[in-house]
Amino acid sequence: MIGDYLPILFVFLLAAGFALGALGLTHVVGPRIKTRVKLSAYESGVDPVGPTHSRLNVRYFLIGLVFIIFDLEVVFLYPWAVIFREQAAQGPFILYEMLFFLVVLLVGYLYIWRKGVFEWE
Amino acid sequence: MGSADILSTLPELVLIATALLLLVMESAAEPHRELLAATALGGLAIALVTALGYGADGLYYSGMLQVDPYARFVSALALVLAALAIMVAVPYLRRTLEERGEYYSLMLFATVGMLLMVKAQDLTMVFLGLELLSIPLYVLAGFYRHRSSSNEAGLKYLLLGAFAAGFFLFGIALLYGSTGTTSYSGMAQAINSGTELSRVLTLAGFGLLLVGFAFKVALAPFHMYAPDVYEGAPTSMSAFLSTGPKLAGFATLLKLIAVVFAGTMVHWWTAIWILAALTMTVGNLAALRQDSLKRMLAYSSVAHAGYLALAILVTNYDSGFAMLFYLTVYVLTTLAAFGIVSLLEEGEESAMPGVEACKGLARRNPWLAAAFTLALLSLAGFPPTAGFLGKFFLFNATLDAGYLWLVILAVLNSLVSVYYYLRPVVAMYMQPGKNTSALPIPRMLIPALLALAVVALGAGFIPAPLVHATASAISAIL
Repeated sequence: MIGDYLPILFVFLLAAGFALGALGLTHVVGPRIKTRVKLSAYESGVDPVGPTHSRLNVRYFLIGLVFIIFDLEVVFLYPWAVIFREQAAQGPFILYEMLFFLVVLLVGYLYIWRKGVFEWE
Repeated sequence: MGSADILSTLPELVLIATALLLLVMESAAEPHRELLAATALGGLAIALVTALGYGADGLYYSGMLQVDPYARFVSALALVLAALAIMVAVPYLRRTLEERGEYYSLMLFATVGMLLMVKAQDLTMVFLGLELLSIPLYVLAGFYRHRSSSNEAGLKYLLLGAFAAGFFLFGIALLYGSTGTTSYSGMAQAINSGTELSRVLTLAGFGLLLVGFAFKVALAPFHMYAPDVYEGAPTSMSAFLSTGPKLAGFATLLKLIAVVFAGTMVHWWTAIWILAALTMTVGNLAALRQDSLKRMLAYSSVAHAGYLALAILVTNYDSGFAMLFYLTVYVLTTLAAFGIVSLLEEGEESAMPGVEACKGLARRNPWLAAAFTLALLSLAGFPPTAGFLGKFFLFNATLDAGYLWLVILAVLNSLVSVYYYLRPVVAMYMQPGKNTSALPIPRMLIPALLALAVVALGAGFIPAPLVHATASAISAIL
């Protein structure tokens, strides 16, 4: 029973060995030349200015959340579309099902709109 | 799928429609906030009628949901509980100027989650219901954004709850790996006929599910969040937090064990024995040392989860019946007790009234003091309240199953609990308070107090109706 999982153990060992081996090998073999420029913080090629821990506007998070929610909605539409033709032959239930789902999302959209999530001033 | 499926989920659909309507009302240009609570209660009332009356019993949605007398009973209790929790919340929210549509809307979504959990006939459905119950509660625990205690409660509940949900999901994955299905009937067939991939995998899967449930119903050692969350959350919300998830969690777990895992439980008896013993002891001993009423009631709810775990340990007709009876009494009395505590907050500075806030209450509001006393006596299990009958049925069923030492421990725990339940009573009747003017009792609180009187005293003196209702409900699954 447990023997069935032996190949998985080997895959784990192989993956861990490969990761550690590659890191260790570059550590041992690779040449290291340290210069002041090389050790400075990398900020897209621009000279780093000011502390790195700055506060972000909460709107970024709101937009991020809204994006994830509506992104996932589209993901649910795909499997629905795949079985639509086959299921629609048995009645319109599948259509109402998705309409209901979209109405729920629409109300959510209306709500965040009215609550001013999209307002940037 | 067709109209029969839709009809079987009519209560859920009504609640979702009402919750959406509440969001629309809240986002109107000039929201009529005084209508929000009435709308939510109207939706719950329609849902209650449809839950009790509509649709035939049977399997729906390709075997994902099952409607039976058990699901109907628990659904009805959940709907009544949600309605009373909203009524308790209205005066509290208005007094603190936080009445918004989101509160009621999220309450209704959480209620839908409870209904789906107990109707579920498939683990994926249970998980969906569990998350639909939990996620609104995370938000509601942190509803008072300007109180740091409420923020702390919301964040703690979210982080630990998400962690527990991970255990639950992993348990489902292992069970799927072992039995090849997530449906109750399929898993039961695989387990009972021995065609599962491995018994070890099944047991591990159930163990992880048990951890997920134990978190939701606050069994020790998974109870650590409960006191902090119940104390920090708005008091009207603590009333629901300490009752709703327990009701849905225990009802679903009992059904799951009865229908699917009855044959494998022999391996889990020791673990559940320890969970039950630990939970009631930890809950009661910790409650002894609390001064804050909310924290005291929070630990008391942990202790009650320990008593209820006895029914999970035994899982036969008698214990199932006792659990439903006990749950009914427990949720309604705890709700009323938190409702009364939410009133006592008025005029207190910390928004966390201690036992001293009860001083002299018998002079100020004799009826309120009597109601609080009744709730506490019923929770402690004094005859002739229904709390006593619930404990009697529960301990009796456990004793019949042969767990003598556990019952002795439970009885000792009940004795210990009398001390902390009587402290507020002593303060109310025997100690003079600073304040002598009567507290105004909001009308919306009266239904919760009436429900308390009906269930704690009514079912204590005339238990037959509740006994019949719970017995016929439990015979559907055991």
